[in-house]
Amino acid sequence: MAEKKKATPKKTETKKDTKKEAPVKEVKKQAPAPEAQAAAPAAADSTTKQDARIGVFICHCGTNIAGSMDIEAVQDYAKTLPNVAYVDNYKYMCSMPGQSVINKAVHDNKLTGVVVAACSPRLHEPTFRTATKESGLNPFRFEMANIREQNSWVHMHDREGSTDKAKDAVRIAVAKAALLQDLFPKTVPVEKAAMVVGAGVAGMQAALDLASAGIKTYLIESDMSIGGRMSQLDKTFPTLDCSQCILTPKMVDVGRSDMIELMTWSEVHEVEGYIGNFDVTVRKKARGVLTPKEAEARGIVGGGCNGCGDCEAVCPVVKPNEFEIGMKPRKAIYINHPQVVPLLYTIDFNSCIKCGLCVTACGPEKRAVDLESKDEFVKVKVGTAILATGYDIFPIEKKEEWGYKKFENVITSLEFERLICASGPTGGHLVRPSDGQTPKRVAFVLCAGSRDNTGTGKPYCSRFCCMYSLKHAHQIIEKIPGCTPYLFYMDIRSFGKMYEEFYYRIQDEGAKFIRGRVANILEDKVTKNLHVHTDDTLLDRPVDMEVDMVVLAAAVQPSADTNRTRKLFGVSCSMDGWLLEAHPKLNPCGTTTAGVFLAGVCQGPKDIPDTVASAEGAASAASIPIHKGEVELEPYFATCIEEKCAGCGMCVNLCPYSALSLVEKNGRQVMQVTEAKCKGCGTCGGFCPGGAIWMNHFSTPQIVAQIDAFLLGGEQ
Amino acid sequence: MSAPGNFAIPERGPGIWQPKIQGIVCNWCSYAGADLAGGGRIQYPPDVRIVRVMCTGRIDALFVLKAFADGADGVLVSGCHFGDCHYLEGNYKAAKRMFMVKRLMKSIGLDDRRFRMTFVSASEGAKWGAVITDVVSTVRELGPSPITEFKQQ
Repeated sequence: MAEKKKATPKKTETKKDTKKEAPVKEVKKQAPAPEAQAAAPAAADSTTKQDARIGVFICHCGTNIAGSMDIEAVQDYAKTLPNVAYVDNYKYMCSMPGQSVINKAVHDNKLTGVVVAACSPRLHEPTFRTATKESGLNPFRFEMANIREQNSWVHMHDREGSTDKAKDAVRIAVAKAALLQDLFPKTVPVEKAAMVVGAGVAGMQAALDLASAGIKTYLIESDMSIGGRMSQLDKTFPTLDCSQCILTPKMVDVGRSDMIELMTWSEVHEVEGYIGNFDVTVRKKARGVLTPKEAEARGIVGGGCNGCGDCEAVCPVVKPNEFEIGMKPRKAIYINHPQVVPLLYTIDFNSCIKCGLCVTACGPEKRAVDLESKDEFVKVKVGTAILATGYDIFPIEKKEEWGYKKFENVITSLEFERLICASGPTGGHLVRPSDGQTPKRVAFVLCAGSRDNTGTGKPYCSRFCCMYSLKHAHQIIEKIPGCTPYLFYMDIRSFGKMYEEFYYRIQDEGAKFIRGRVANILEDKVTKNLHVHTDDTLLDRPVDMEVDMVVLAAAVQPSADTNRTRKLFGVSCSMDGWLLEAHPKLNPCGTTTAGVFLAGVCQGPKDIPDTVASAEGAASAASIPIHKGEVELEPYFATCIEEKCAGCGMCVNLCPYSALSLVEKNGRQVMQVTEAKCKGCGTCGGFCPGGAIWMNHFSTPQIVAQIDAFLLGGEQ
Repeated sequence: MSAPGNFAIPERGPGIWQPKIQGIVCNWCSYAGADLAGGGRIQYPPDVRIVRVMCTGRIDALFVLKAFADGADGVLVSGCHFGDCHYLEGNYKAAKRMFMVKRLMKSIGLDDRRFRMTFVSASEGAKWGAVITDVVSTVRELGPSPITEFKQQ
């Protein structure tokens, strides 16, 4: 079976010539197959030895690496390896002096390849590629041996084991480095447009920033209005500005901007392409109501919805309003709240009975209601995309001990926001759901479902619940004279600017703080009052407190559609479902999919200032490729070794990107790669029964050389 | 001496067999998960050597067989969870191939527990540590590869 692979590199040589990408001098190096004779790998190695001159550079990373292994032993060992022409070590290879060590060594020793044994290539491969490039070599003549994340940090108490592993890692990397080729990234033009998915405060900020930078932006929102969670809030901590007052001007700006194409009641349906050239299909859900623009397109001049609300008045269907968390009724044709942007009614086709009263009410002029409307699919082309899909409230009824949905007077903090909000269902009067009375004692249960390792709740801190609960306490004291808020907390995490000061202020205002996790809540069947049971851990005594109302500061979790959307864009998520950034510190807005960025809470719980900051960061990052006008694609694509290709076409079906096709060449069928479509996964190369597919930078000879180096090259 | 984590540092020295285990992992999930294990300082035995590929879909069944032919005592292939592949479906295709390898191993009399395919995501550092610990202890129990012994004869 191994026979099949033998000739691979040779064929590639010829292939490479025609490909005009690899200069001729490189071809020589590729020619000798390392595993040409399985029986005598050493002999094959010696042929490459003539050409390849590898420099090995070992990084101490302070004591991160040097503390757990014997760097000197690794260095001495590296000197004995075939093809190694130079070995050095330095405290921090990634630093400026470290990089100049590489530069000097390449020049002095005429190196053809560079191996750095340091941290993970996922962290510093780009850094060292640049260093390799600056020393005059092709940047792809660089290979990294990971001796930190996958060695010194995980074998901290096993000096001998980690030193041996580092030696092997260097040997494996050298084996690959000896076979590396010059590669040249393709540059592709970038579409001068961007997409933002989710129009909460993060998505709106990102879209506004992109628009101000002169970039056409498609803002996709699955709800009928933009604004997101923030539009449901009453006031914001610690400044206590009203949420609407700071949000609605932004909503209006978004609605008015020429550069933003707002698509509400829409979802991302399909994503194709890659950075610079994403083809996104957006599903515009059937809305049942025409915008003035759509009406004009249908020849109804001066028609379309103007938000008058005549339809809503006549609609006979009554449903709970989701925006008010079911505390207010709505009709089947409705808007969430009077400040919606765009001001456009929407029909809930799940409850609409198609009686036609709204059509009559709308009148023959506007003719805005279309009961027969269907989902539409719109294709847009964008260069980059930002995901800002936000969060949902954790279904806190799962924590049965607190009785949410079982006891009427236990509510969540989001319901509290609506109840205390002047535009809410009660006009800003906080009342008990059971009897409409004003409560005098309100208990707040913090960390409700957060920091919960029982398996029911969420293990993480939801980050902003402490602060909004403090704000709620303030609002109660301010609005209801004589009402006392009791905060049951584990720790108060007032981490932001002016937050700790806010905490002191609320303490001074008379809020009561009880440190203890609430064990359970029981209801008095007659009065509907609630008994909160806990252990006061500061006074070390049990507490049974009777209150009129309980507010659960419920944990947050990724919004329901996050998982579907992230898969469309190829973004990973952490174990909790939050979207995974490319690097938590160095690239918090980026993802591992080039051209896709994250903004706001979809990446992890954030308060409003952090959300807006991350949105601005994501917008800035997303605008870079667009302003640059072109991006480099990693040249890891597949190529066909035509002499070996039997034209069976099995690879064509394997390719997830339809990058492969069969073409007629010299009278026979061979496979052809569309390089712009190929992402370099290698699924075709891993399968090809004839070994006729060459994967750049992860070619069969290179990988086999690595395996051989580990298993056969031990005792030099 | 034992290290934190669920394993002991083995006795080493001339003539004492140490398992040689070849790991081939994908760049986006398992390699990142292994990096995360490092960031979390999750301790595991050092006997697995990793070769990084962009996707498990790249892994030719022959790579695994080559490793065994070269004398590997175990091979670990690790990629993304199903549905999470950075390249949409490379891991499905890899899994199919790897089942074939397992069947082949059984039929040539090589214990198929020496070969394992796992799915470790970029956020599963702890799982990576557990997988490696388990793979190493399994291979240690199975002992040296019969292929190596056969070669020596």
